Amino acid sequence: MIPKAFKRALWVFHVNSGSCNGCDIEIIAALTPRYDVERFGIRLVGSPRHADVIAFTGPITNDMVDKVKRIYEQTPDPKVVLVVGSCGISGGVFHESYHLAGPIERIIPEAKCFYVPGCPPRPEAIIQGVIKAWEYLEEVEKK
Amino acid sequence: MLGELLFKTVIASIGITIFAVIFGLLFKGIDRKLVARMQMRVGPPIRQPFLDVIKLMSKETIVPENAVGWMYNLAPIICLASSIILLLYIPIGNFEPLLGGHGDIILVIYIFLIPALAMVAGGFASGSPFATVGAQREMITMMSYEFPLAVVIIAIVWKLSNIGGDIFSLQFISSHPIWEEVGLLGLIGGIILLLALVIVTPGEVAKIPFDVAEAETEIAHGLLVEYSGRNLALFYIADAVKMFAMASLVVALFFPYNLSDFIKLDEIVAYIADFLFFLFKVFLVMLFSISLVRAGMARLRITQVVSVYWITITLIALFGLVLLMWDNQYSIKWW
Repeated sequence: MIPKAFKRALWVFHVNSGSCNGCDIEIIAALTPRYDVERFGIRLVGSPRHADVIAFTGPITNDMVDKVKRIYEQTPDPKVVLVVGSCGISGGVFHESYHLAGPIERIIPEAKCFYVPGCPPRPEAIIQGVIKAWEYLEEVEKK
Repeated sequence: MLGELLFKTVIASIGITIFAVIFGLLFKGIDRKLVARMQMRVGPPIRQPFLDVIKLMSKETIVPENAVGWMYNLAPIICLASSIILLLYIPIGNFEPLLGGHGDIILVIYIFLIPALAMVAGGFASGSPFATVGAQREMITMMSYEFPLAVVIIAIVWKLSNIGGDIFSLQFISSHPIWEEVGLLGLIGGIILLLALVIVTPGEVAKIPFDVAEAETEIAHGLLVEYSGRNLALFYIADAVKMFAMASLVVALFFPYNLSDFIKLDEIVAYIADFLFFLFKVFLVMLFSISLVRAGMARLRITQVVSVYWITITLIALFGLVLLMWDNQYSIKWW
């Protein structure tokens, strides 16, 4: 019973960790009537305590490192990290910049990450990323 | 005698709890689906709130380090319990309220405060600045909608005092609909009072445009910011139950008509038909006072909430009261 519920009720907390705002707009686009992620029970929430998925957009800048760690720790288990955009994977257009603390797996090594490439990724791609995340959460709940 | 009463109370309380949780969540799902359809979206399935609750129950429950532990964990339970207690006083369909009696309408107004107070206590106990801001906003909202609500109820009770009887009981009010006691001026006054109560409803249950205390985008869910897992699920259910109870109160005050008053039905069929008709009336109240308003409006600022309730809605409600008063002096028949 529990894993089924996870499949259709995923709450996402969105963090801008140094993004150019392109991916943030695409995340908002996924909520609009055209894509409407609420039909899958996916909701954007305003507090990491309510979240199952933390969506990071952008590369992690030096200033954001401790905030990113704290947000990850504040989220109740089970949780996954969704990295939206190319920046979170390789640094993207900010590659080799002086203020980057690097991709997210270097900052939170224990996190289970899902990557959505693209600059910015299309809303369909973001939805697919969230679906990958919920498949994983289901697996966790089964164990 | 006492043992029998106690037994009845316990059984009925369990029944009401199951009923309240199931129908509260069901109506919440219908509300979400309707709002989505109004915004040209597909929307979540109607069973979505049940899935949300099951998911929240299976999550980790975190108590923050600088929270007051016992208060933090107690608040959601009080909030849910007092929301369910409300339904013990409000008549549902043809069934008599379990704990009804003299003066229960006044009691119901006060019990409506307890879920909000529990949320305030939980907010202050969670030790987050966002939650503190949310708790203060909740208290201000509470003070704002209380006066127009009291004016509406006092106006109805005062009008019914013409016929005499146990006027301060919900059972009496719902067996003497206000529309049957008034003339033309009173009819207009009644409609104005109904309008005021419909606008008080979203404030009472903290829905857009009056959900300043739980604003996601400004203060990160306000009161609920630190709550997670089981505690959040309890608040989620309490919110749904409170919404259902408030809509039932509007139905009991203004639309207490039963199907069996108009059509001759067998006893058991009448109970079922009245129950379904009651659910339909609650649905209509929620459609007009919560869903439509939620789909069409944005959130107000806290200052606007106060001025809307204290100035606009209070004046409207007082005008309705004055019309009911004039109705006693110049009785013009409307039927």
